[in-house]
Amino acid sequence: MNIDLTNTNTRRIQEALTQARHLMGGPAVGMVLTLIIVTDESAQYDAVRAATEAAREHPCRVLTVISRDARGSSSRLDAEIRMGETGPGETVLLRMYGPLAEHADSVVVPLLMPDTPVVTWWPGGKVPKSPSEDPLGALAQRRVTDAYAARDRLGTLARLAEAYRPGDTDFSWTRLTSWRSLLAAALDQDHDEVTGGEVAAEPDSPSAELLAAWLAVRLGVPVRRVVSDGPGITGVTLATTGGDIEVSRPDGRVATLARPGQPDRQVALLRRPMADLLAEELRRLDPDEVYQDAAKRFAKDLSSGQPTDGTAEREFGGSGGGKAADKEEKSEKQDDGDGKPAAKSSGSSRSTAAKKPAAKPKAGDK
Amino acid sequence: MTTTPNPLRDPRDKRLPRVAGPSVLVLFGVTGDLSRKKLLPAIYDLANRGLLPPGFALVGFARRDWDHQDFRQIAYDSVKEHARTPFREDVWTHLAEGMHFVPGEFDDAGAFEALAMAVKELDASRGTGGNYAFYLSIPPKFFPQVVEQLQTSGLADRDNHTGGFRRVVIEKPFGHDLVSAKELNDTVHRVFPEESIFRIDHYLGKETVQNILALRFANTMFEPIWNRGFVDHVQITMAEDIGIGGRAGYYDGIGAARDVIQNHLLQLLALTAMEEPTSFSAEAVRAEKAKILSSVRVPDDLSLATAHGQYAAGWQGGVKVKGYLEEEGIPQDSRTETYAAIKLEIDNRRWAGVPFYLRTGKRLSRRVSEVALVFQQAPHLPFSHTDTEELGQNALVMRVQPDEGITVRFGSKVPGTSMEIRDVNMDFAYGESFTESSPEAYERLLLDVLIGDPPLFPRQEEVELSWKILDPIEEHWATQGKVDQYKSGGYGPASADELMARDGRAWRRL
Repeated sequence: MNIDLTNTNTRRIQEALTQARHLMGGPAVGMVLTLIIVTDESAQYDAVRAATEAAREHPCRVLTVISRDARGSSSRLDAEIRMGETGPGETVLLRMYGPLAEHADSVVVPLLMPDTPVVTWWPGGKVPKSPSEDPLGALAQRRVTDAYAARDRLGTLARLAEAYRPGDTDFSWTRLTSWRSLLAAALDQDHDEVTGGEVAAEPDSPSAELLAAWLAVRLGVPVRRVVSDGPGITGVTLATTGGDIEVSRPDGRVATLARPGQPDRQVALLRRPMADLLAEELRRLDPDEVYQDAAKRFAKDLSSGQPTDGTAEREFGGSGGGKAADKEEKSEKQDDGDGKPAAKSSGSSRSTAAKKPAAKPKAGDK
Repeated sequence: MTTTPNPLRDPRDKRLPRVAGPSVLVLFGVTGDLSRKKLLPAIYDLANRGLLPPGFALVGFARRDWDHQDFRQIAYDSVKEHARTPFREDVWTHLAEGMHFVPGEFDDAGAFEALAMAVKELDASRGTGGNYAFYLSIPPKFFPQVVEQLQTSGLADRDNHTGGFRRVVIEKPFGHDLVSAKELNDTVHRVFPEESIFRIDHYLGKETVQNILALRFANTMFEPIWNRGFVDHVQITMAEDIGIGGRAGYYDGIGAARDVIQNHLLQLLALTAMEEPTSFSAEAVRAEKAKILSSVRVPDDLSLATAHGQYAAGWQGGVKVKGYLEEEGIPQDSRTETYAAIKLEIDNRRWAGVPFYLRTGKRLSRRVSEVALVFQQAPHLPFSHTDTEELGQNALVMRVQPDEGITVRFGSKVPGTSMEIRDVNMDFAYGESFTESSPEAYERLLLDVLIGDPPLFPRQEEVELSWKILDPIEEHWATQGKVDQYKSGGYGPASADELMARDGRAWRRL
């Protein structure tokens, strides 16, 4: 059933929700959480669809906050209630006009399900500076962003990492779960000591950066980030003393796992739709400390002076890892300061010289 | 080679699922109903969820003149029809590449040698690492033969070189009485050690069944009333609306009690009644289940404490249906019961004096499995008799299927000016049950087999304890002259209602 309320208030929305539920014979669904979606008119359709799908697994009240025309002088609240058509739970689209858009939390708070967790999700590119300090983020136990949708993806991810508070998480991390699962499974088997790693992905991929950072944190070895044509992440190589363990996925669909001395194995490794990602986020509402570790490492390595355009190769140091990057930066500076003839002789050779140390910092030091 | 813990695994990292290692699953009886409706779709669903390793292969073995393609086609059809997750071509292609078929009879040593060759080849071509799990989806009378063949062909020997595992999966029935269960066990044990034997009771893979433990031991509000001080009696029900279908050969001579009570219902009883385990490790949970099953007492006078019946012709859900004795392949004088109800007592401090009523039947009005704790009447009601005439006993119902969830029944005032109190139901359905994200019981159990995680599998001790409970009842029924007939589409035989009436109680309506 659909109920449209124009120029309304939260009291009337609440009454409509209760009435709708009674009219439908009180659907016997135990709602487990409230999901707040902060979006705009253009992105709301996909986001609400994904949320409705995820609500099959996690029956919830979905409050979609759409701000419209924030510059208008008069405030108005329009609400659209959808219930019982697409699955369990209730969806309320809240369109806010004028100054009210700045005070969305005052509309949302009375509509939260009592005594159940709250999740706030920013599906579009409008990522708040600090999710936990955002008025709508502060209400939530879990705050889900998507750095990939932002214009400056890596910068956004780094900013989110700096502002991290327990409960924050980002879709660029969620997208990695199947990759991480496959890599963890690969290392479940007996293997030789891992000495290094490499993550190949399209440029400007926050997921690839997080994957490289995660591997560097967990394995304590340097992990290189190399650029490929995509789509998404195209391969991960773990160098071991006995040869490379390699997972490659050139087409975004099927991955091949290669290990030394064993036949290649193939497995489907699909890029997952938004509803899957959201459902995964809603499954666990406790702080994701592993994400925190990886994101912090990424932010640290990024801030230690490496290029942010995502086009150049980057290295995530191993244990004591930031140091590798620091060293490299220093060596570059020295190049400039000392004015070594080799560096000055020609521009082209200099750029390769600058790139090479990134690949092999030790060689660069010498 | 390193044997240190996997650095990529972190207990805080709850997103990472448990993934099986490289392995071959050898499926005996691929042409059976269970394979087509449950096992093959479950394997596909596992692959689709990314829970099967890249090095996974499935080998079918049956008495069919098939090649690999035929097997893949059968698997494809059954996946298309029965899988719970959406069909994805990529997933299927890679799963199908690892599907092989070996034709043969169970008594043909040559066929098993071919099977041994096939899995060795898969080790080389698919990198399955010498890990084999054998799923015996075949009638138990073939077990000795197959197990022996596995031994003589060398398939059952652990590979000392790679340290690959050997596991065997068997389905209920685990024998038809205590003696045969022991025999069966000895047969399998001759070749496989206990820790390699996985007895599948698919009920135990169901979300709600696992939720019984969560409900009881993760909450504070239920455990204090979970005893004789508050509980009047417990009803455990598994009702089916279908008849025996095409399973006459299997069902006749087995009957409802052996088919359902011995495994499903007694396992539900154990989970409902057991004490808190020290941890959720397989050993701790099984130890508590074994304790409660050994405290179960069968009443002395079985003629008063049991009831059994056969469904007669009638109408079920708007369809005219045959009676049990008219089903194809059932002898006219069959005394196999299709409905069984028994009353059990548990001799311990928590449950002394609280009867547990177990019932199961075919061709009843509705398909339902549930555990219901029915509470005592309030010791005193400050309302007049007429106010509370419609008030029954409070109940807590754990619904196992089809609509998984929990129902609480309690008294509530009927709106209006007069004080009238009547029973109302409050329902909880987590919603998990109708999503692809909730794994089907077989998925969960197959994955546990490949990972080697045994908590959800009953061990031999539990099987034997269950038969000790059921054997005297079966013996008693064997001495009875006739089996009651009950109307198809109804609530079971009158004798079952009398069994409850004698105790001043009644079955919950299905």
